Amino acid sequence: MCVICGCADSGEKHPDPAHAPAAPQVNAQTGDLHFGAGAARVSVPGMSQARAIKLETDILGENNRIAAQNRQHFHAHGVTALNLVSSPGSGKTTLLCATILALKRRHPALAVSVIEGDQQTSFDADRIRATGAPAIQVNTGKGCHLDAPMVAEAFARLHTHGGPAADAAHHHHDDHASAEADDSTAHSHDAPHTHGHEHEHGHGHPHSHDHAPHHGDATSLLFIENVGNLVCPAAWDLGEAAKVAILSVTEGEDKPLKYPDMFAAARLMILNKTDLLPHLQFDVARCIEFARRVNPAIEIIQLSATSGAGMDAWLNWLEHALDPDFFA
Amino acid sequence: MHEISLAGGILKLVEDSALKENFRRVSLLRLEVGQLANVELRALQFALEAIAPGTVLEGAHLAFDEPPGQALCLDCRQTVPLPERGTACIHCGSYRLQATGGTELRVVDMLVADD
Repeated sequence: MCVICGCADSGEKHPDPAHAPAAPQVNAQTGDLHFGAGAARVSVPGMSQARAIKLETDILGENNRIAAQNRQHFHAHGVTALNLVSSPGSGKTTLLCATILALKRRHPALAVSVIEGDQQTSFDADRIRATGAPAIQVNTGKGCHLDAPMVAEAFARLHTHGGPAADAAHHHHDDHASAEADDSTAHSHDAPHTHGHEHEHGHGHPHSHDHAPHHGDATSLLFIENVGNLVCPAAWDLGEAAKVAILSVTEGEDKPLKYPDMFAAARLMILNKTDLLPHLQFDVARCIEFARRVNPAIEIIQLSATSGAGMDAWLNWLEHALDPDFFA
Repeated sequence: MHEISLAGGILKLVEDSALKENFRRVSLLRLEVGQLANVELRALQFALEAIAPGTVLEGAHLAFDEPPGQALCLDCRQTVPLPERGTACIHCGSYRLQATGGTELRVVDMLVADD
């Protein structure tokens, strides 16, 4: 039996292009990726969309391998990547927009970019782009979480759409540029810095970049806003330095106990929308106690992205996060 | 719902192995799914049975090992059972527990046939 798609054909290689690995639909203008645009509206790595009618699939071991590559890739480019996880409606995107604008004032030189995960629409990426930060929307179709291959592809597209590597390291990968031939914004950086280079990720080879290697702090921040879901994204490593769980006070203080895996996997819990506390029966101390029950080491920051209260603590945390030793 | 994704990953592992080891049918597939692996066993079994028809897993018997959740209590320093996250140390009542076992999620072994 064919092991690519399970059909009866035992041929060495499928001649039928329908059996090629599922490729995402690419928005040529923005670089947004839609992994659920095929017949089954799901992403099935290594399988054709035609057979994907039966299942949604991912491979954890394979995912972790690619996540490790992502991690090395981020490190090589001086990027600190944070995986933002929460239920829908916790205020992730509002927090991100407020964060980007605040970081611009604090650290005008810091490159910040965003990968936005949602089942459908590019609303969130549009909101991020309105702040001036580069963003790539990843639509998962029916998928309930981002996986490492999606992030790998989105990160590559950020290169050619003015993302962290392009801004911070002043280079872009020629091998990613072909799909964006019509996108003039992709080639806005200085010509002398644009070069094709041999790139070996994940094998400890030094990069043949013509800029100085990164010492000390990372030079850019990458926020990966996961699909709003407090269950599934906990299991998928994307190559991030840390998961940040966002819980809003409108959701109930028992969430950390109801969805323990996510809070166990997170390094930091942000308690958002604290400006609404006077109107709610939300016991902050109890919520923190519950979070520490499932993760004794979890850090907690209370803030309101809307009023700005507590934002300084979060921005300080992000400054620390730029130090690679912070996550050691 | 991510159990469907995991089942697909398991099938991929088995099919890769079928290509290498040259077998056509799996009669028994044994999986290890720890108590703290963030996986609902019944959902995973349902997902595997749903994707099996037409694959090497069709008709395969599924066996699950479920290693119990285990933790080190950071207060009394004892190794204690942790059936689910957020439960207290059975010795001292502390919640400062660090999971040390029960997070496994892997294919252990299988019985295969060439027919």
